[in-house]
Amino acid sequence: MKNEQGMSIIVKRITRITVSLIFLFGVYIVLHGHLTPGGGFAGGVIIALSFIHVVLAFGKDFALRRLNEKLASIFESLGAVLFLTVSLLGLFLAGIFFLNVLPKGKPFNLLSSGIILPSNIAIFIKVGAGLFMIFIALAMLRITEGKKGE
Amino acid sequence: MSLYFLCLILLAIGIWCLLVKKNLVKKIIGLGIVEYAINLFFILLGYRFDAQAPIIAKDSNSMIMVDPLPQALILTSIVIGLGTTALMVALAVRIYEKYGTFDISEIRKLRG
Amino acid sequence: MIELHVILILMILGAIVAMEIEDLLSSVIALGAVGLGLTLEFLLLKAPDLAITQLVVEILALIILIRATVHFGVERKKYKANPLYFLFAFMFVGVFLWFSAKALKEIPNFGFPIMKVSSYYLTQALEKTHATNIVSAIILDFRGYDTLGEATILFTSVIGILAVLRKKGRSHEK
Repeated sequence: MKNEQGMSIIVKRITRITVSLIFLFGVYIVLHGHLTPGGGFAGGVIIALSFIHVVLAFGKDFALRRLNEKLASIFESLGAVLFLTVSLLGLFLAGIFFLNVLPKGKPFNLLSSGIILPSNIAIFIKVGAGLFMIFIALAMLRITEGKKGE
Repeated sequence: MSLYFLCLILLAIGIWCLLVKKNLVKKIIGLGIVEYAINLFFILLGYRFDAQAPIIAKDSNSMIMVDPLPQALILTSIVIGLGTTALMVALAVRIYEKYGTFDISEIRKLRG
Repeated sequence: MIELHVILILMILGAIVAMEIEDLLSSVIALGAVGLGLTLEFLLLKAPDLAITQLVVEILALIILIRATVHFGVERKKYKANPLYFLFAFMFVGVFLWFSAKALKEIPNFGFPIMKVSSYYLTQALEKTHATNIVSAIILDFRGYDTLGEATILFTSVIGILAVLRKKGRSHEK
């Protein structure tokens, strides 16, 4: 009976294909954040939606073995520390907080515009992991039978 | 100017829903409507006729664009709205666990 | 220009539907329809960044709201509504609408904004940051403190949710 949780077999087969496409789309929107509309926040929410897709299609217990909450909490803190490091670089290298100190290449290139690209990547990791952790906390809650009191 | 007034009517509907309804989830829905109305009002303030989106393209040279500053502020506000809605929903679920109902008139009468 | 009015009227109708229906699941879905109308409005007002963000945030808010409401049944017992509440709320909303209609004469007309600060951003963004998405350049370079504050708010809300939902009902590790 362990394979019967989650949705039907058709949904599981299709999920294997679409999850990778959604993940790729999210990474594309983040990396091109300084050239086309999008940016770190929209990409982070798309990544969180792709993980939620896996949890919804395969059932809670099977999917949360790999994507557990310790991993999500490590990634969220990593994203916050990375964002602060990128902004403190300006303080250490030139004396002004948040100064744009990385080299700015030509416009319309992927590796251009200084501090904007690492900031986008840091925000993307942080928002994606944080929103996935919200969903885990809400999904693992079970309503016990006792109602009033306690 | 009629667009501004319709947007303010949406805001008034949200405030009415927040004041009058007794269900906790209806109050959360009312706050969501208020957030939508406020975001829309800011973007309506920054529109400019016959202008383009604030993205510099390779082959167009005109710099007549809509106002990008309200868009930057409202981008932040949309994601913050998601965070507060999630926290309100978590609190509502906990209240349902403890009291067994979503109705605030009953919750006010029970004393723990 | 007429399509802006039409979508806004549809959003108002959707908001009224979301407010009045007793079934919780249907009213949450009506709220999703209002959010979708807002996405179309952002697209028509030439703000593509906001349209992408609003669409995906709307989907996530719907998932969280449905998770909270779908297990719990509809309470059929209605409380007797106090008519004094209605009167006070009606007066408050009426006064608010009347004063805001008077204040709408002071702001510039729709379509002719005064762009004092934004003209500086528009002309200097390409030389100073070499980024072609001006909204990204504003939120990450010209106004980076706001993004730092927003990251803090998201972090705080995640910690708050974990603190509220922690003790009761968590599935213990096997």
